[in-house]
Amino acid sequence: MSVNFNRRRVLRGMLGGGAVTLALPFLDCFLNTNGTALASGRPLPIRFGTWNWGCGMNPQRFVPTKVGTDYDLLPELKYIETVKSQINVFSGFKALLDGKPNLPHISGMQALLSGGVAAAMGPMDAPTIDVLVGDAVGTDTRFRSLEMAATGNPKHSYSYRSANGFNPAEGSPVAMYARIFGPDFQDPNAADFKPDPNVMLRKSVLTGVTEQRDDFMKQLGQSDRTRMDEYFTSVRQLEQQLELQLQKPPPAEACHVSAKPTDAPVGTEVGMVMSNHKLMAEILAMALACNQTKIFNMVFSDSASTLRMPGEQMIHHLMTHEEPVDKALGYQPKAAYFVERSIEAWALFVTTLASIREGDGTLLDHCLVMGHSDTEYARIHSISGIPVMTAGNAGGRIKTGIHVSAIGEPITRIGFTLQQVMGVPVEKWGMGSMQTNKPVSEILI
Amino acid sequence: MKLFPAIVTFGAILLSGCGPSEPPTTGTPVSAQRLSEAQYRQSISDIFGADIKLGGRFEPGVRKNGLLAVGGSVVAMSPAGFEQYDIMARAIAGQVVDAKHRDALIPCKPVDATKPDQTCAQLTLSKYARLIYRRPASEKELEEPLSLANGAAASKGDFYAGLAFGFAQLLDSPNFIFRKDVAETDPSDSSKLRLTAYSKASRLSFFLWNAPPDGELLRAAEAGELDRRSSLKTQVDRMLASPRLENGARAFFVDFLNFDQFDSLAKDAAIYPVFSAKIAHDAQEQTLRTLVDLVITEKADYRDIFTSRKTYLTRNLGVVYQVPVASEKDWEAHEFAANDPHVGILTQLSFTELHAHPGRSSSTLRGKAVREILLCEPVPSPPANVNFTVVQDTTNPQFKTARDRLTAHRTQATCAGCHKIMDPIGLGLENFDGAGQYRQTENGAPIDASGEIDGIKFTDAGSLGQALHDNPATTACLADSLFRYAAGRDFDAGEKDWRKWLAQQFAEAGYKMPDLMRTIATSDAFFAVRPANGEIKEAQR
Repeated sequence: MSVNFNRRRVLRGMLGGGAVTLALPFLDCFLNTNGTALASGRPLPIRFGTWNWGCGMNPQRFVPTKVGTDYDLLPELKYIETVKSQINVFSGFKALLDGKPNLPHISGMQALLSGGVAAAMGPMDAPTIDVLVGDAVGTDTRFRSLEMAATGNPKHSYSYRSANGFNPAEGSPVAMYARIFGPDFQDPNAADFKPDPNVMLRKSVLTGVTEQRDDFMKQLGQSDRTRMDEYFTSVRQLEQQLELQLQKPPPAEACHVSAKPTDAPVGTEVGMVMSNHKLMAEILAMALACNQTKIFNMVFSDSASTLRMPGEQMIHHLMTHEEPVDKALGYQPKAAYFVERSIEAWALFVTTLASIREGDGTLLDHCLVMGHSDTEYARIHSISGIPVMTAGNAGGRIKTGIHVSAIGEPITRIGFTLQQVMGVPVEKWGMGSMQTNKPVSEILI
Repeated sequence: MKLFPAIVTFGAILLSGCGPSEPPTTGTPVSAQRLSEAQYRQSISDIFGADIKLGGRFEPGVRKNGLLAVGGSVVAMSPAGFEQYDIMARAIAGQVVDAKHRDALIPCKPVDATKPDQTCAQLTLSKYARLIYRRPASEKELEEPLSLANGAAASKGDFYAGLAFGFAQLLDSPNFIFRKDVAETDPSDSSKLRLTAYSKASRLSFFLWNAPPDGELLRAAEAGELDRRSSLKTQVDRMLASPRLENGARAFFVDFLNFDQFDSLAKDAAIYPVFSAKIAHDAQEQTLRTLVDLVITEKADYRDIFTSRKTYLTRNLGVVYQVPVASEKDWEAHEFAANDPHVGILTQLSFTELHAHPGRSSSTLRGKAVREILLCEPVPSPPANVNFTVVQDTTNPQFKTARDRLTAHRTQATCAGCHKIMDPIGLGLENFDGAGQYRQTENGAPIDASGEIDGIKFTDAGSLGQALHDNPATTACLADSLFRYAAGRDFDAGEKDWRKWLAQQFAEAGYKMPDLMRTIATSDAFFAVRPANGEIKEAQR
């Protein structure tokens, strides 16, 4: 306790004596930081994110017929035309079940994002890629990650630290904006910087909470300790946010805070989702440019898509099962409408990141985004060729504009590759027969 | 256990183990449950007053085997989630010390409001720590918030501003946000653990009131009364007689009936112009009022919820039910006529509109809800590769009604197994469309609402309700669910005898829910704990 007493005493003296003029080294010492300060002049951060749409696609209208560069764009993929050179398309990578049932709309997501499939319905029981990458690239940003759902439902998130450590989504652009660019936001390009004494006190509040850990853990079993550690990690994350707020942020030339969005209805009607997704993409792009996070997960639609069209009896998911295949067209036209809107939204997302100049390129150039769905052909819940794309070159670490076609290769190869590209020290990844140590070399530099 | 000398004192006068007829249980591992949103809100309201605003939002809960309460024992917290708790802690702390509230809430006045006041800060924080942590805080636990309050008061030149930081720390603490069990060695058998009296108090009050223990319950805990069967019963009876029981019953039904799904319920505005957020809200409230009135206030047989015609309506709901409601704003009691199709909770909007698609009714979803929620019989997930298209086209002139389409679908062998346990139930509710409105035809063809459940044939929603009323699984499910809700855990395989015993107690009490609540709240099983760490060997058997 003597350490705490000293800290408090320093705090009291400091706040009472006009501490706002104190030099940073003293603050660092006072705050007992662990060296997470953003040094000025460091290279631009590389961000990682996922972007999900539900209920897959129609392979004959989606999968390019040509592999490698100069791949062709079929009707469901044509929307990415203007950003095609920055997008890789992966086809034919498979979720291997090792004798477990194909849990509709779940197994595919689990295989792709967590490297294994569960035997029964339930959450992911291994951390998802975004969490693994986040742990590797560090938490020297205000938010460990940002999760968003354009459908407005906080449960529409597929980011898990563990089966019980779920990262729910932000469902409203207005709330998302307020969280990021509200009073706690520090403009990295502001001329003056004054650490807020209240922030120091808030940080002390949290330090005191983390110090309760050992007492609180008493008598708890291993699984409860693990989940309570997730709680304390969350407390620590906020503590680190506050630490950052006590330091002058390094300038971020691409950071120009956009205007606050106006309140608009949130829901699963596809027009509403498109418009909220656009707002969220813009807010996220600015949050990335302003160094507020390096990890994000955008859900355009949930894994068994609940999107709907006005006046339609069936939601998108139901359509994939119940809409008759049009004999002349050879596909389900209404369900295909949702696939096309999804890819249109994905293209808009990528374009939004590409439209921000940063360094000698764009924000997208300093990102690696994995766009994906939960199934291949949703009508039969096929998971042998779940559509996956990447956008951005992660600061020049990968090639783009390539279609990689595989036949029955484990889909974990994609997640494994992206982790390595993002600097996760991983030699092999995936469970059972999906374990792999083979990156998708076609996209590597 | 130096904190609670009283417990040791009363250790000799302990419960004499199981009652003669209660079979042993494995007990709950020492664990910690995250407060639900309702419990957090109620706690703040009870401790600081109903006018305190939270100013933040909550992470969604996790439903485990049908109950959020069970999920509360496994759920952790995300960084984004904690951020919100901290926002709320600061907002609440700010209000507690503001000019409007401080005189009523702070039990003392500082000597000089521009300076720290150790005595008043200590008095205040120890008083509230006991309410926030639901047990007295130790001196060591008070050291941090107190030192913070004093330091902040000195630097800000404001006693109250400093105190707010101390309060924020108490509210950010896992000791508030999680209901952690604390176990102690059972004085009657040092090989066993038992819950401390304060942990028992929390279990009781969150179960029966969905609220933290009140002053009287904390007093009883401190006095060791919850460790003695007779005085435990006195407390349980007091709690059952309190108007707050209604709160507890509501919270159980909200969880049991999956009302959290209303948060994301959407209906197509063109197909169902009658649906609105207001209707969805009133629909839940209607069912809760119906249930509380029947099973708590009137202490009726639980099974009557499936056959009763009594309910409450607003004018909004009256439009959907086609019943004139005189009052513009208030709820009115209403009894549907004997020939009215509305009878029992299955025909209420909270069931028919919640378990349907946004633009269509669904016999499958409704049948599944009856099976899984009301009968506790999980339905397997569907096979991945199923062809629905031919039979599910509502424009197909051969298959006009849901019954026609489902019958055709069920002829597929892979689907038949599950659909035959869901659809014949749900078809009984086909007279209610996806927004719960009564109808006699679909696509011009008359609706046949007959069906079958577990071998019992019925002809319409009313006789389906009667079949559920008579189904033994209905009451067994309620008893199981209520215990799992109360204890925040699932049953172990070895607890079959106990479950049978509970069902039997329920039957002997005429299926009265307050009696079932009493049986659970005074049972050994409700408080039984076993070590999670293995420092004491398995406590039971």
